[in-house]
Amino acid sequence: MTELFTMFITAVLINNVILSQFLGMCPFMGVSKKASSAIGMGVAVIFVIVVASIVTYGIYYLVLDPLGITYMDLLTFILVIASLVQLTEMIIKKSSPALYRSLGVYLPLITTNCVVLNVALENIKQGYNFVEMLTYSIAIPVGFTLVLYIFATIRERLDAAKTPAAFKGNPIALIVAGIMAIAFSGLAGLV
Amino acid sequence: MNRMKNFTAGFVRENPVFSLYLGICSTLAVSTTLNNAIGMSVAVIVVLVLSNMIISAIRNITPNEIRIPVYIVIIAALVKIIQMLITAYAPALDTALGTFIPLIVVNCIILGRAEAFASKNNIFDSALDGLGMGIGYMFALLVMSAIRQLLATGVLNFANPFDMTQMIFEIRIIPAEYVISMFSQPVGAFFTFAILAAGVAAYKNHLEAKAKEQEKAEAALKKAAKEA
Repeated sequence: MTELFTMFITAVLINNVILSQFLGMCPFMGVSKKASSAIGMGVAVIFVIVVASIVTYGIYYLVLDPLGITYMDLLTFILVIASLVQLTEMIIKKSSPALYRSLGVYLPLITTNCVVLNVALENIKQGYNFVEMLTYSIAIPVGFTLVLYIFATIRERLDAAKTPAAFKGNPIALIVAGIMAIAFSGLAGLV
Repeated sequence: MNRMKNFTAGFVRENPVFSLYLGICSTLAVSTTLNNAIGMSVAVIVVLVLSNMIISAIRNITPNEIRIPVYIVIIAALVKIIQMLITAYAPALDTALGTFIPLIVVNCIILGRAEAFASKNNIFDSALDGLGMGIGYMFALLVMSAIRQLLATGVLNFANPFDMTQMIFEIRIIPAEYVISMFSQPVGAFFTFAILAAGVAAYKNHLEAKAKEQEKAEAALKKAAKEA
């Protein structure tokens, strides 16, 4: 149990996907302009990653591995992720139109979010068992959402600040991300 | 002429990394040393040129509704081939780049060029476009990694990617006592990238201002001609 907890904290705070592994930069820069959309994106990513991890984990150990065609992993995983995102979009659209309206735009974007593919590949590469896989697949997107939300709240303030013309928009946001990375690296002694 | 313009657009003005913000995940992550940067960008260029050519070749028989899945399958197959080649022939590079080789699949530059260019143009132009954009990506990675490696270690070096013990060149520019190790950390990646992106933005602003001025001058000239 302690091991799992350590793993969770490490994945959320210390080896944070965005600030120390640089994954998911596209949505990080793209949908971090408003705190509310950051939360929406985060929830959608958590859902997709957990489901995609379980499905790809199952496919790898039940189909690809017994058949000896593990070199097909990349191709299968990306297809699974793309269709899962599509499926999620359809289900949410049918069951909860209100949620769909607030998430709608961000859902298709998740396919090209490298975090999803990376978690699926990492689960296999590290040889996690099912429980570890589940912990890892929840912790990574939680860390993603946390940083995305903090970053979005800073960015809302940043809009009102005076910045040099060349730094307007993304460059100054990247400086902020750098400062956040310093802050998060201070948490390294936690575990 | 036009072809040349398309080809060079990706170098600075429409640089995929600094000005379009595509593929920044890998740029930030692998730009720690020159070796990683060159290895990564060669892999990306190969995938980009080949995927652009294949997608352009089948553009007339690809049904419009399922074109994105078709592109993704082609790209994923190419990336897997490259990944297996790197694992076999350059294992040191494979460990250094790690997860970022398979993640070329979701690198926005490749899918972006497939959708924006290769699906509408012939094979030769698409290959050229892939090469141009790839060189833009390589340029971005080289600049980033040269700055970061220099400030973090004070040394610029490049080793044979197939045999890491064989150094091709190595020069120490900054004495070891004056290096800033922060630049090998994530923080350094963010700061270097921000400053370079701001530089490109400033250059673009400058070009725009110049174009506006020229327009104004032309308008004034026309007005003067009319009055005369």
